Amino acid sequence: MSLNRREFIAIGGAAAAATALAPGLRLVELAQARSPDEAVTSLQRWGLLVDIGKCHDCDACVTACHEENGIQSHGRPATDAQWIRKVTLKDKQTGYVQTLPVMCQHCEHPPCVDVCPTGASFKRADGIVLVDKHICIGCRYCMMACPYKARSFVHEKTTEQKPHAPRGMGTVESCTLCVHRVDAGKIPACVEACNKDGNQAMVFGDLKDPNSAITKQLASAPSTQLRPDLNLNTGVRYRGI
Amino acid sequence: MRRKTTIIAGVIAALAAGLFAVGMVRATDSAAKSGGPGPVVKIHRGEQCVEDTGYMRRNHMKVILHQRDKTMHQGIRTAKHSLKNCVDCHADPVTGSVLGQDGFCASCHEYASVKIDCFSCHTDKADKAALATLPPPKPATGVKP
Ligand code: SF4
Ligand code: SF4
Repeated sequence: MSLNRREFIAIGGAAAAATALAPGLRLVELAQARSPDEAVTSLQRWGLLVDIGKCHDCDACVTACHEENGIQSHGRPATDAQWIRKVTLKDKQTGYVQTLPVMCQHCEHPPCVDVCPTGASFKRADGIVLVDKHICIGCRYCMMACPYKARSFVHEKTTEQKPHAPRGMGTVESCTLCVHRVDAGKIPACVEACNKDGNQAMVFGDLKDPNSAITKQLASAPSTQLRPDLNLNTGVRYRGI
Repeated sequence: MRRKTTIIAGVIAALAAGLFAVGMVRATDSAAKSGGPGPVVKIHRGEQCVEDTGYMRRNHMKVILHQRDKTMHQGIRTAKHSLKNCVDCHADPVTGSVLGQDGFCASCHEYASVKIDCFSCHTDKADKAALATLPPPKPATGVKP
């Protein structure tokens, strides 16, 4: 497997041509079979598509995310960490109400990364935007810069962290796209919960794989970014807003 | 004034003597177990660490630091040098933790008076799912680092 991948990287353009010839078979294989000792590459870009038409009054995604990542409420909504939240939109003219989950949009050009003075806020090669809490100094510039209010500051001492999701007082955190699950070939917890207990409104996948479900869905019907005017080329897309 | 100074000096001397005595008791306590002063580190699982014991004693922090950056930035998640792997294997079977009085990490770091930052973010408890795949714990063997 890793040989295929190295070959693929080495021959670059030729490999892309081969992919087109052998309808994407190899790319799909590669997307799912990165071994633990291989570094992520920009051959993939992970993304989410949320169909607001299907998203109703339910918070399966929020509950699942906070359970998966060990986010606990201290009963102080103003400062409690929030990796994902449900936002309600109301058309003032017609009174039509929609709800949508909003989390880190995993921007291609992330303002949070631009402003971070230490390099703690960074984008992985595969498009996942993270905070390296080992070097975060808690200045919260990134929270100011994020147009989606996606980030939270951990005010309290943390306890009962999940082994796969370290989190600590004095650092900033946000949706990691469940990077620990993605690295293991699984889908994010919110998407899994939405498909199981919710309204099947979320699709996760590789935006660079022409044969992934998400790419096909994005290519076949209109969708939008939140605040497309900012030109951040978000990895999270919405349909039906 | 003079009298006051004498009293203070006396109190300090008494305190110092007390501390010394406590230190002696602790030292003889661990010396009894292992033939010299110093902490006793309890090993519960496995025959062999991921590297030689001598190498790990000197370099475990370098090994963890190197793996930390590879995991964080490149998504490399090999178990061998991961902190999670250390914790899963070295956690006390009773407390489930590497901290606490006899905790694997705590016993040495407390003795050496080195503050560990890892566990202000990372959990000090073993991952229950991972424990199922590890060899079962044995009665602790005490080693002196
Ligand atoms: S949504 Fe906010 S936190 Fe996420 S990448 Fe974009 S700017 Fe950064
Ligand atoms: S809070 Fe942390 S991640 Fe955010 S800008 Fe400051 S150092 Fe960077």
